[in-house]
Amino acid sequence: MADEKMNLPKDAFEPLKAGEQLNNERIAAPSLTFLQDAWRRLKKNKAAVISLWVLIVIIVLAVGSIWFSPRNPNAQNATYANLPPKIGHGFWGFSGKANVAGAVVDAYKQAGVPKGTYYILGTDYLGRDLLSRILFGTRISLLVAFVATFFDLVIGVAYGMFSGWYGGRVDNIMQRILEVISSVPNLVVVILMIVVFKPGIFSISMAIAITGWITMARLVRAQTLKMKDQEFILAARTLGESTRKIALKHLLPNLSSTIIIQLMFTIPTAIFFEAFLSFIGIGISAPNASLGTLLNDGYKTFRFLPYQMWYPAAVLSIIMIAFNLLADGLRDAFDPRTRG
Amino acid sequence: MRKYILKRVLYMILTLFLIATITFFLMKLLPGTPYQNQDKMSASQIHMMNEQYGLNKPVWQQYLIYIFGMVHGDLGISFQFSSQPVSYLIATRIGPSLQLGIQAMIVGSVLGILLGAFAAIRKNTWADTLATLLAILGMSIPNFVFAVLLQYILGFKLKLFPIALWDNFSSSILPTIALAMMPLAETARFMRTEMIDVLSSDYIMLARAKGLTQAGVVWHHALRNSLIPVITLAGPLAVNLMTGSMVVENIFSIPGIGEQFVKSITTNDYPTIMGVTMVYSFMLVIVILVVDILYGIIDPRIRLSGSEVSA
Repeated sequence: MADEKMNLPKDAFEPLKAGEQLNNERIAAPSLTFLQDAWRRLKKNKAAVISLWVLIVIIVLAVGSIWFSPRNPNAQNATYANLPPKIGHGFWGFSGKANVAGAVVDAYKQAGVPKGTYYILGTDYLGRDLLSRILFGTRISLLVAFVATFFDLVIGVAYGMFSGWYGGRVDNIMQRILEVISSVPNLVVVILMIVVFKPGIFSISMAIAITGWITMARLVRAQTLKMKDQEFILAARTLGESTRKIALKHLLPNLSSTIIIQLMFTIPTAIFFEAFLSFIGIGISAPNASLGTLLNDGYKTFRFLPYQMWYPAAVLSIIMIAFNLLADGLRDAFDPRTRG
Repeated sequence: MRKYILKRVLYMILTLFLIATITFFLMKLLPGTPYQNQDKMSASQIHMMNEQYGLNKPVWQQYLIYIFGMVHGDLGISFQFSSQPVSYLIATRIGPSLQLGIQAMIVGSVLGILLGAFAAIRKNTWADTLATLLAILGMSIPNFVFAVLLQYILGFKLKLFPIALWDNFSSSILPTIALAMMPLAETARFMRTEMIDVLSSDYIMLARAKGLTQAGVVWHHALRNSLIPVITLAGPLAVNLMTGSMVVENIFSIPGIGEQFVKSITTNDYPTIMGVTMVYSFMLVIVILVVDILYGIIDPRIRLSGSEVSA
């Protein structure tokens, strides 16, 4: 090598003027904020994306049914009671035919329903359109869940931040209180609350929120403890920020991923509790309906008219699965280290 | 260690006392009387009834009597069941509930551990995906939906099991499965995460380097070490089983305390509501205590830092 003369053409080199900047320090990819980065990771999780779309569709349908309900969910029509599902002139399972004592009969003909009138998911024991009722029930279930989650958020985050920020004796006392509260079975608290305050959308939401904020408070406290000694807080303090501003402007944004993940797990729990309470008969009362009350109504006759139970059960299960999958996806997206 | 246990027991007693107090005063706040047809009763009858239930005394005396009685195992008299003591009602009904709860706990945790470990060993294969999917379904589908589904398909359509009956073991199978789904799913998810963590640790690499077989590594090292944190699930799972028992017992007509609780709520039987609340709280507090102590024995760091692992 050393003996050979290197023949490099002169024009292969380009002289660089003194002081001219090179681009080799440039970062080609756009710099992403924390949320953009999480969003990018979430998009890779197929199950989470599908769940997100499913939830969006369900929420839009449920909210939209305030204005565009197929029928009035509370309109009763005793002659059209317990009609099986039927679409158009009937196909597949939606034929409008019922199995009465082993013989297949056309329930629509028997009830004297005029041609062209059909109920996609059938009617219930009072002749109410099941599809409209499911949309209505989904709306109430989601409303209860969101209200409960909102209170959860406010109480839990405030309590956790306060406890973590002040530390010392305040923290100690607040944590002991949490310990005592958390060793009461939360269902018992929820039921007692509902026995005391009459069942209704607000009281159920409150009852669920009162038991649900504890996990949130614990998580937020742990994160606050970890963060309050970090440099960005010290910097803010040095610059003379007030405690309130530090908490709201510096601490809270950094807690956001913990909070969002926990919220996504709280919503399905709240939906479950509401359905549970309504199912055992102490939840939302008539004429309001939730998925739980629909299940309860359907359960009474499910051996003979199973569709009245299966449709609300399916909607409830789909919502629960979608929320859980989305929550899982969000947790992985916000904190890639937890990924198994 | 003794000091730690003593501290936990003191907390437990304080907790139970607080629960009893809160429940008592909540119940006192409630409107209405325990008598079904008060209008038809004369004043002296009401007076006699009040005397029988101890409702004529001032509230603070009733409270002291209630707390004093509870310490001695006396939970008052049921309003609903012709003057039966609540403690007797609960004693006759706790058997089926305990049996179901324990069966579901065993089935759920054993299957969950196996499923989770299996998924972790076969990480990122179709078997793992299937196990994860099962766990998601088990966590998401409410246990009452699951119970009804089982009742309809296995009981009503296929006639493999009794629909709603409580006599022999076969009648407890369906409710046990329905109750076990959630613990199974929770344990499987938790176990999978733990096991993956353990399998990538240095001592597992050492065990493999020593030439241990895959089964030896999994059985002797990975499984045992992943099991320790799973103990912490006992608290949340116990709560879950209590919640589940209320609906599942109702659906399968099982004479347990969950069914009793729901019944007393719908009939305003306050002494029974209070009694069952206390029993539930007592069981949960005991489970949490046992878990904390066990964990303190297994992992001394918990004890020293004073933090707790309960739900």
